[in-house]
Formats: sequence, structure tokens, C-alpha cells
Amino acid sequence: MTGSLDATIVLLALPAAAAALLAVLPSYRLSAAVNVAAALIAFLASLSLFLASPTPNAYILIDDLNVVFVVLNSFVGFTASVFSATYVSHEIDVGHLTAKHLRFYHAMYQFLLFSMNLALIANNIGLMWVAIELATLTTVLMVGIYRTQAAIEAAWKYFILGSVGIALALFGTILIYMAAEPVVGEGVQGMLWTSLMEHAPHFDPALLDLAFVFLLLGYGTKVGLAPLHAWLPDAHAEGPTPISAVLSGLLLNVALYAVLRFKLLLDANAHALAPGPLMATLGLVSVVFAAFMLYRRRDVKRMFAYSSIEHMGIIVFAFGVGGPLANFAALLHMAMHSLTKSAIFYTVGQIAQVKGTQQIADIRGLTVSHPLLGWSLVFGVFAIVGLPPTGVFMSEFLIVTSTFARAPWLALALGLGLLLGLGALVLRMQGMAFGAPAGSTAPAKASALPTLMHFALVLAAGVWLPPPLVAWFQHVAALLR
Amino acid sequence: MRGLSFDLSHLLAGGLVLVSFLLLYQNRLYALLNVFALQAVVLSLSVAWQAYVQDADHLYVTAFIAFAFKAIIVPVALHRVIAELGIQRDVENVVGVGPTMLAGLALVALSEVVMLRIASDADALAREDLAFALSVVLLGMLMMVVRRNAVSMVVGFMSLENGLILAAAGAKGMPLVVEVSVAFSVLVALVVIGVFLFRISERFETIDAEALDSFRGRNR
Repeated sequence: MTGSLDATIVLLALPAAAAALLAVLPSYRLSAAVNVAAALIAFLASLSLFLASPTPNAYILIDDLNVVFVVLNSFVGFTASVFSATYVSHEIDVGHLTAKHLRFYHAMYQFLLFSMNLALIANNIGLMWVAIELATLTTVLMVGIYRTQAAIEAAWKYFILGSVGIALALFGTILIYMAAEPVVGEGVQGMLWTSLMEHAPHFDPALLDLAFVFLLLGYGTKVGLAPLHAWLPDAHAEGPTPISAVLSGLLLNVALYAVLRFKLLLDANAHALAPGPLMATLGLVSVVFAAFMLYRRRDVKRMFAYSSIEHMGIIVFAFGVGGPLANFAALLHMAMHSLTKSAIFYTVGQIAQVKGTQQIADIRGLTVSHPLLGWSLVFGVFAIVGLPPTGVFMSEFLIVTSTFARAPWLALALGLGLLLGLGALVLRMQGMAFGAPAGSTAPAKASALPTLMHFALVLAAGVWLPPPLVAWFQHVAALLR
Repeated sequence: MRGLSFDLSHLLAGGLVLVSFLLLYQNRLYALLNVFALQAVVLSLSVAWQAYVQDADHLYVTAFIAFAFKAIIVPVALHRVIAELGIQRDVENVVGVGPTMLAGLALVALSEVVMLRIASDADALAREDLAFALSVVLLGMLMMVVRRNAVSMVVGFMSLENGLILAAAGAKGMPLVVEVSVAFSVLVALVVIGVFLFRISERFETIDAEALDSFRGRNR
């Protein structure tokens, strides 16, 4: 018991301490190494949560749902820090960033991991809100780190839209407390997940409904759902690539986790409105919208950012459809998307570094000039559009089939969105990967290890999922209804 | 219940909505900041009154933060930013004043209808506070939509946030109100004043957000 209690402390205290240390370390090589080490230890600590989870207290809640998120987050946080170590040394060499920027960057990286961990394991809805706000703030600062006109515009847009989003989420949080207060009494009990879940059946349903609308819009902005997504492509395209990977692979999931928790709360109340259809609608709109938008992209990071909108749409849609199978598929898809998309961003980051551009038109013939990068891109695109035998294929297949069983017409629309997205990504990928090489042929400097590790996992998941993992996901899916 | 304390809270919360309307039609930046400072004063009075009525000492802290930070520090800092950067003093509206005010009225009506109907079981004071708070939030959003200038966008965001603080203070016994108001202050202080205005002005020589739209996703 004490050992597992330590795990949550490690998950919070270690990144916080590392952030403080990195803020004063002058050497960027050393700080990159510290960054990797801290992320690795946090990942190992998160794994120990599988073995023994601490009992919930007033601050920390570890249950079967958020363990999945915490472990996934810590893993991608670790591999992104490995990628980031080689990425930033190239940025120093070409003079995009200075050592002072990097000190800030590394401290912010750990602080971001801290706030995301806090958001995931907080038992208190107010604390969770504060943590998500901190994570937003951190990423805004990191997106703007290049200080180009484009980067500042992206950061500004992200700041304004993200702030309005979290403001709406706070209003929803206050409404939840007001719904809880007559039942569980004044004070901190009205904000703890544990007591909220216990008493949810007796809350005022009308207040819960209204609260969920605000929470869905607020945290949905952070998830990047379609009408509220405007910040996402800019923030992904203009920031440093490790941050694009972290945004897509982690931060979107953290916001999704918040939405899911509140969905559970509404599900528990028989008289409240069913949150499923709302989520399914927003998700479906995101999928179809992003699929169309994919065709008009000229910037490669921006294109994959739209692909993230599409996939978050798929996940939210599947959770909205509900049922054990769709929930299982949504959880699996979330994990697969995180792994695949962050690996794609690692690849794209290296491509942009060797070619010196993010414009799709200027990148050609990668499989000839940089075989490893080129084929990584080919594999990454095949994986993300859901071709067999990758893990994304399996989860998308499950989502489509379970939707056919419950709402055939929606499945048609979803299938259309998936096919459109597939067409766009494969089309653009062909131009970049094949043909006569263009531009610089200098070898890539960044490590390919994180990319390959992610791809191996995605492939392995598509071919064979270990039964304990399946059982765990099924168990969580059953919790979600 | 419906004694002096009720009337005073009502007056102060209603005053906040009124000041939100005043914010909507200011077309000079300095005047906008002055009205915002007034709104912060009203907010801190309202929160302090809630603290007294609910006998909740931590709300005095929130009231003090609202007063010190938003009624004094932020307006003074923004005054200096405007003066030093030589920002154009007039605010351009995307939508005219008339339609904006009408839209604002519609939003207030909407929030009253929604809130009064929904929270019918809740305590009358909390319910009406919530309705006023939602109005302030929506008016703040409206202001962010109709203004082109970055400073007034920030002011719109801060007035939106004032609505949230009012709602949080009105929810009886809600914990973490102080933490939340600190978190918001950090958000506003650190990002907006510290970094962005300077960087944006450094790069563009104007902080008109329109200048930021020189490119969009279209060609990219």
C-alpha cells in the first residue's frame, strides 16, 4: 500500500522537482538528459499503479479508468522526451533556439507532465480544472517559443480559444457543485469524484444537464472537437515538433478524460439527459469536417493536426455511441491514436529538420533520399488511416461494426469520413515519400528509436493484443456503460 | 431570507451585469480600462458581501484579490502598456453598437430564462446570482467577439472571468474559490501582460488582432 502511494507522489513530485531543477540548469545537453531520466522514472512509477492502486483520498483518485490514461501519458511523455533531446540539439545548431530558450523549454516540459498527471489523478473537480488550466498555459508558452509571426499568432489564438474553453468548463464545474451541494452538503465533498459518483442519482437533473453542456463545450474545445477546433492546427503546426506530439498524443486525451468523467456522472443519474447523442454528434461532425479539410492542407504538420481532429472525433463518437464494444474500441483507439500520431510527429519533425520546410509541395522522394524517414512516414500514414494489420485498423473496425449494430445511418456517415480521410492522407503521403528527391539530402540527426518503438507497439496491437490487456480494457469499457 | 442581505447581493450582482453593458459600448481604450476597473470594484464588493452573508472568511481573500489585482494592478499595467507601445486609442468594433447592445440584451434574457427555470429548487439567492453570473459570462464572450483590438479582447476575457468568480462566490461553501481566482489571475497576468502584448507589439508594431490575420490556414 505504501509503495503504491509513493507512485502517485512520484508522478506529481518528480516532474515538479525536475521542472524547478531544469529552470536553473544552464547546460542544455544536461537538461535534456535530466528531462529524459525524469520522464522515464515517472513512466516506471505509473506502471506500478497496475500492481497496486492507492485508496482514494481527498486529493488523489486512482481507479481503473484513469490508470489507462496515466500509463499511456507517461509512456508517450517519455518517448517524446527522448525525441525532444535530439530534436532540440538540431534546433540549437541551426540557431532556431538559444540555450536560454531551451532552459525554459525543458522546465516547461516537465511542468506540463506534472499538470497533466495532476489533472488525471486529481479526485477533486476543481483541482482537475486548475491542472488543465496550467497545462493549457504551459503549452501556450511552448507553442510561442519560436517567436515568429506565425508562432505568435498560433499561441495567441490558442490562448484566447483555450481560455474561453476552460472558462466555460469552470462554469460547468460550479454548476456541478451546485447540483451536488443540496445532496452531499457544503464543502469539499461536493467536488470529490468519489462522493459525486456515489450520490449522482439524487442530483437535480436539470442542473446536471446544463452543467454538462458547459463542460462538453469547455473541455471539448481542448479536445479539439469540430466547431471549437480552430486553435488546434495552428498550435500543432507552429510549435516545436515534440510539443505537437505531446499535444496530439497527450493533452487532447487529458481533456477527453475530463469529458468522460462527467459523462459517467450523467449516466449515473436516471433523469438527466443522455450525454451519448451529444457526444456522438460532435464527434461525427469533427470526423467529416476534418476529413474534408485534410484535402486542402499544404503544411505537413497542419495536415496531421487535422488528422488528430478526425481521430478525436472518432473516439468521442464511439464513447457517445456507448455500449461495451464501442467503449472498448474507443479506449483502444485512443491508445493507438496516441502512439501512432506521436510517432508520425516524431517522423515529420525530423523530415522538417532535414528539408528545412514543412510545405508538402517541397518535400519529395523521401524513401530515396532518407529511406528510414520515408518508410516511417509511409508506415505511419498507413497505420493512422487504419489499414490492416495495425492497431488502428482493429479499433476502427470495432467502432464501425458496433455502430452498425446500434445506428446504421451514423455508421455510413462515419465510414464516409474515414474513407475521405484515408484518401487525403495517402494522396499527400505519396507525393512526399516517392518520386525524385527534392531539397537537402543531409542525414537525419534525431533518433529514430521512439518512432520505431511506437510503430512496433501499434503493429503488435493489431496482430495480437495480450489477453490481460484485453480483459483490462473490457473491464474499463464496462465501467463506462 | 429576503431581507437586506438578499437585496444587497441582488443589487451588487445586478450592478455587475450593468457594468458589463457599459463595457460593451466603450470606444476608447482608456475609458474601457476605467470601466473594467469599476467592474472589478463591484465584483469585489459583491464577493465581500457574500463572504459576510455566508460567513465564509476565505471569500474575503477572493474579494481582496479581485480588488487589488483587477481593479488596480491590471488596469494600471495596461494603461502603461498602451502608453508605451503607442497603441491606437480608439477601439474598432466588428459589429455596430446598436446590434451589439441588442445581442447583449438577448443574451441576458437567455441566461435569466435558462437559469431561473433550471435551478428552481435551489436557494433563491444562489439561483439569481447564477443567472447574473451567466449573463456576465455571455456578455464577456460577446465583447471578445465584437472587438478587433487585442487589449479589448483581453478585457473581455477578464470580464468573463469576473462572471465566473461571481458564480463561484455565490455557490454556498464551494471550496477552492480562492485557488481558482489565483489560477485565473496567473493566467491573465503571466500570459497576457507579461509575454504576449510585448511580443506581439514587438513583432507587429500594433496589437490589433486583425494584423494577426495576415495569414490564415488557407495557403498552408
